Amino acid sequence: MQHDTAAPPAARHHHAPPRGFWRTHVFSVDHKVIGRQYLDLALVAVCTGMVLSWLMRLHLAWPDLPIPGLAKLSPNGAAGGVITPEYYLSLMTMHGTIMVFFVLTTAPFAGFGNYFLPIQVGAEDMAFPRINMLSFWVTLLAFLVLIASFFVADGPALSGWTAYAPLSAVGKDAGPGQGLGQTLWAVSIAIFCIAQLLGSLNFITTTLDLRTKGMSLARLPYSTWAWFITSVIGLVAFAVLLPACILLILDRVAGTSFFVPAGLVISDRLQPHAGGSPLLWQHLFWFFGHPEVYIAILPGFGIVSHILPVFARKPLLGPRAVIGSMIAIAFLSYTVWGHHMFLSGMNPFSAMLFSVPTLIITIPATIVTLLWIGTVYGAKLRFTTPALFCLGFISVFVSGGLSGFFLAQPSTDIYLHGTYFVVAHFHFVMGVAAMFGIFAATYFWFPKMFGRMMDERLGKWHFWLTFIGVYCVFMPMHYLGLAGNVRRYAAFTDDYLKPLIPVHRFITVAALFTGAAQLVFLYNLVRSRFRGAPAPANPWEATTLEWSTPSSPPPFDNFGGRPPAVAHGPDEYGVPGPTGDYVMQAAPAAGAGAVAGAGAD
Amino acid sequence: MGKFFAVVLTVITAVSTAIFAARVWWLPADISAHGAGIDRQLQETMLAAGVLFVLAQLGLAVFAWRSGSARGAPRTFPGGATPLVVLAIALVGAEILALTFVGSKVWAAVYERPAAPDALKIDVEAEQFAFYFRYPGPDGAFGAIHPERMSDATENFFGLDPAHDPAARDDIVVPTLTIPVNRPVALTLRAKDVGHAFYVPALRIQQDFVPGLAIPLHFTATETGKYEIVCTQLCGLGHYNMRAYVEVVPQEQFDRWLKEQATQQ
Repeated sequence: MQHDTAAPPAARHHHAPPRGFWRTHVFSVDHKVIGRQYLDLALVAVCTGMVLSWLMRLHLAWPDLPIPGLAKLSPNGAAGGVITPEYYLSLMTMHGTIMVFFVLTTAPFAGFGNYFLPIQVGAEDMAFPRINMLSFWVTLLAFLVLIASFFVADGPALSGWTAYAPLSAVGKDAGPGQGLGQTLWAVSIAIFCIAQLLGSLNFITTTLDLRTKGMSLARLPYSTWAWFITSVIGLVAFAVLLPACILLILDRVAGTSFFVPAGLVISDRLQPHAGGSPLLWQHLFWFFGHPEVYIAILPGFGIVSHILPVFARKPLLGPRAVIGSMIAIAFLSYTVWGHHMFLSGMNPFSAMLFSVPTLIITIPATIVTLLWIGTVYGAKLRFTTPALFCLGFISVFVSGGLSGFFLAQPSTDIYLHGTYFVVAHFHFVMGVAAMFGIFAATYFWFPKMFGRMMDERLGKWHFWLTFIGVYCVFMPMHYLGLAGNVRRYAAFTDDYLKPLIPVHRFITVAALFTGAAQLVFLYNLVRSRFRGAPAPANPWEATTLEWSTPSSPPPFDNFGGRPPAVAHGPDEYGVPGPTGDYVMQAAPAAGAGAVAGAGAD
Repeated sequence: MGKFFAVVLTVITAVSTAIFAARVWWLPADISAHGAGIDRQLQETMLAAGVLFVLAQLGLAVFAWRSGSARGAPRTFPGGATPLVVLAIALVGAEILALTFVGSKVWAAVYERPAAPDALKIDVEAEQFAFYFRYPGPDGAFGAIHPERMSDATENFFGLDPAHDPAARDDIVVPTLTIPVNRPVALTLRAKDVGHAFYVPALRIQQDFVPGLAIPLHFTATETGKYEIVCTQLCGLGHYNMRAYVEVVPQEQFDRWLKEQATQQ
């Protein structure tokens, strides 16, 4: 067991620790620094996105309410602080875009994946550290371009995060916000695609090529499996969105007509386009857009599958079924995009073709959910904050997943399409569930990343307020949808919608309350980083390689020049081990203790 | 802590389910010939999803309740993963088959089957932020559409050319959809500028307008009355305010109305 010499050559591409502030903390090629940069970016993005959602909710509940300071940000969109209908749509578009791309994709996948995937496979860094650095800075550029649209004359884009053509393609004639703001939106998303493609390639190569000795695929931690599968999804999905965005930019600035047909009259002006298809944009967008849902949620699957056994003190139930289900979801995710388009004017005969795979995808999702619940059965659960967020994840994922049954069927989608029922569905299943995964991951890995513990008491307060809060915010949206309440409306002036305004007010109050509860998390995050109790080497008594590094945070090359050899599965809990009821992945194989002890040097 | 989690989750589940079951907020009464199928499908899905919702949440609650005070070594789920995997495939699989067989017929009845040959043909044109409806007039023929003639300023919403096109001269263009009760109606949906949608909750009907396409949509209203038509496809700043009314009237009243309109054009 000569660890050093036995390690595969690929795992030992040594690079010396960087010198100087800039190379160490800013333009670093260290995957851990890059992972933290992604997470910091996501934190800025999520605060922005949440403030936008507060403004939207306030406007929906009290349309004439002046909001102090808002007139400064947008003199046109919010003159006197009162949000105009078009500014509401801009807020909504930016909320969706920021949350989907710069939070739900950036934090659980790029952020935690970057930090922990190389460590969990026993590598010193990503396969391509420089490309890794490039992908972060490209992501940051995409974010800055998007945020810049708040400050252009006509304000940000207002055609929703789905940017349906021709509204998104025809420019200023279609109204304010369809000018430079919409172009910046398309440019930002195109740049973001490039970053994700680079990142996905890096994740895939690292997982396949840089695993340390003994780290067979069967011993790969579930979180790494999830990041790996997510990268494969991302590689295909973003490779379609990138050209789609380029075509959209060309339609807007170069006079092409990929998405604009002939004979459109906008603001009494015949548009100079001919030959394009609005449905082409929808097909391209949703071919990316539906897999994107799984890009947001599969890292959460991995995080829960990784963390739940740690606190249940028993292995994950049915590990092969969980991994197989995630792979099945990845494949099926490419066959379902048309369920967003049942009523789009697409050939109605193709509806069942998309409906059936959509319904089938609930089978692997149900398998994973039942196996998590089965893992909780008979467990000696340690109710730490990350464990609570895992339980919360399961609950909100169930709530969000089941409403998918209604929307996957064209017959029921006829009524529910375009209503708040859809808003409730995707917020639970990809928004809240993914956020719970991010919270679980943060509380769980914080001690490794910063060498300090987060405050448990504050963490639990954060969990309970958030858990109850999200149900108060999003469960009533199902009821609104059943009553036919249309989404993306800046105000409810229709006769049949007016009686629903009290429900909207309740949701707004609940959203403000739940949002305020996140201040507890922010405070805990900042305070623990500097004042938290020093973390033991393995505070949760977990088994995977990130808990075998010589320090917290790990040194530049993760394992101090001694890459570990792996002899155990990722979740050997509830078994007699040398230091408790668990066996570390890097522990010597049973019966080889004496030999390994002698050969460790 | 496990018990507290179990109690909170049970309360959330109970309250959520009770509000669904009591139908505190629910669909408006159905006034269409095809809507009963949709409502039945929705209720069956609600029942199936509701049972899974309650079972999964309560299962999680019960296991969490018991896991806090578990003694001795952790126990594996009886039979391991296999019964749960089989349960998921069998239960959800059966549900998918049942829902798809019935649901595909409901879908086909509205969207795959063509309109009845004697259906009343009406053209719909959507623009930022209004709907306009066109009846063919006494000659039974629609005039041709010329986009370059479309103008809100001259109220030529369909781009008609009555000077050169005899069929266009008697076309009736109105901002409200008036239809006879119990008679099939066949709409043709066209968008003048960007995407829009036609949604009448009471009629259980929804369909996008797509620029460049003429999309057929048919239904039969079974109750007289006045109902809102709203836009559900984001179309710009006035989206929330884009609406029209459908007035369902007895056949005689409809005939009278149509005659009046014809003389006014």
